[in-house]
Amino acid sequence: MTLDAPGFADPVMEAQSCFRAVLDAMAHPGSLPVIACVLAAPPLDQATAAVLLTLADAATPVWLAGETASAWDWLAFHSGAPRAASIGGAGFICATEMPNLDLLEAGSDAAPETAATLILQVPALEGGPPLILYGPGLEAPTRFAPQGLPEDFVKQWSANHRLFPRGIDLILCCGEQLCGLPRSLRIGAA
Amino acid sequence: MSGYNFAYLDEQTKRMIRRAILKAVAIPGHQVPFGGREMPLPYGWGTGGIQVTAAILGPSDVLKVIDQGADDTTNAVSIRRFFARTAGIETTTHTADASVIQTRHRIPETPLRADQIIVYQVPLPEPLAKLEQSRAETRQMHALAEYGLMHVKLYEDIARYGHISISYDYPVMVNGRYLMSPSPIPAFDTPKMHRMAALQLFGAGREKRIYAIPPHTDVKPLDFDDHPFRLTRAPQACGLCGARDSYLDEVVMDDRGGRLFVCSDTDYCAGRQSMRQDEDAAA
Repeated sequence: MTLDAPGFADPVMEAQSCFRAVLDAMAHPGSLPVIACVLAAPPLDQATAAVLLTLADAATPVWLAGETASAWDWLAFHSGAPRAASIGGAGFICATEMPNLDLLEAGSDAAPETAATLILQVPALEGGPPLILYGPGLEAPTRFAPQGLPEDFVKQWSANHRLFPRGIDLILCCGEQLCGLPRSLRIGAA
Repeated sequence: MSGYNFAYLDEQTKRMIRRAILKAVAIPGHQVPFGGREMPLPYGWGTGGIQVTAAILGPSDVLKVIDQGADDTTNAVSIRRFFARTAGIETTTHTADASVIQTRHRIPETPLRADQIIVYQVPLPEPLAKLEQSRAETRQMHALAEYGLMHVKLYEDIARYGHISISYDYPVMVNGRYLMSPSPIPAFDTPKMHRMAALQLFGAGREKRIYAIPPHTDVKPLDFDDHPFRLTRAPQACGLCGARDSYLDEVVMDDRGGRLFVCSDTDYCAGRQSMRQDEDAAA
């Protein structure tokens, strides 16, 4: 990864359209909105890179876990985001393998909005073990079968959901698509 | 318009508001503090709603702004023009044509769709503010979901007046967890929030809070089993379009007690009037 990997070609309009895709994903869990702008920042997929550039800036400590750490120079240059001192001190965590959710900042009952957002890049958003999503944003329980989640994901997620209103919000990214899994969701194995 | 960023706000501010909106969507009904900016209009004129709208708006959006249901009042006209000038976007008065609807104190009569977003202007986001003035205390009450105080207020209303005397800004429970102010919409509109297909965002500029209700989320007015929430509506039909299902404004016509009841939602009323004319012309 070199510094000259580009950021948004049109920072104002592309950040806006990417934000609407993320908002759409969080408001309609299980829908898979598409990031329209082209970003090449390997090892980050287009959607992963776009979510980071849309939301991170100097006010948000970021943690890039595992292989995504090689995108540091790119992210620091384009967003100005500082490196978090630890994974628990990050507002945004980017990873290709899901860290244990209880390592991340879950906020407090009085200020649950201070909880972290985990941006997880997965190999595919379909064809994995089927899950069922219930909760706000869904007219009816919805099936969703992403690949690349840990085997104990349902167990970890129900522990996360039990913390509500505290808890981690998850954004799954793959290629140019993303899926929002806010903490308010209940997720079961189908 | 030259000299301004798209939709007036700078990008750092928009990112901060966008992060607050995403957290608000993830915690339905919870008030997320945000760094509210000074806007080129006074507090109380929709500065919170405008900042939320500015943070979500894109060039392909079509914006509708209503003030008490009307598209043609000062507040609605000036906010619509503000975004037409600073973002160059298309505006409309038709509910069905809009992708973003900013509203002051009404929900349109036409049901909203999943591809629309409604942004409420909120003067007092804290539903407990009139009962407990300390923000530190109300934060704790929300943290513990301790809403007994509001039940006592409703009970005292029933003991004193025989019914719950709140006719607007009726407190609601969102997703069974947070007590929320629906902004000063009439109690008539409150049921429209329940499992609405559109995303609902709320911005309070002076109090610097953003909150949200995701689509299809349970929104229940606070009440008692033996004193259930009841809608109130003037019994008349609209004097212009004849609607019996819409929320009505009472207009004083003369100094001899003459008055007219008309739809508060001007787009709904105009649509029904033109439908009537078409039917008359066909007959």
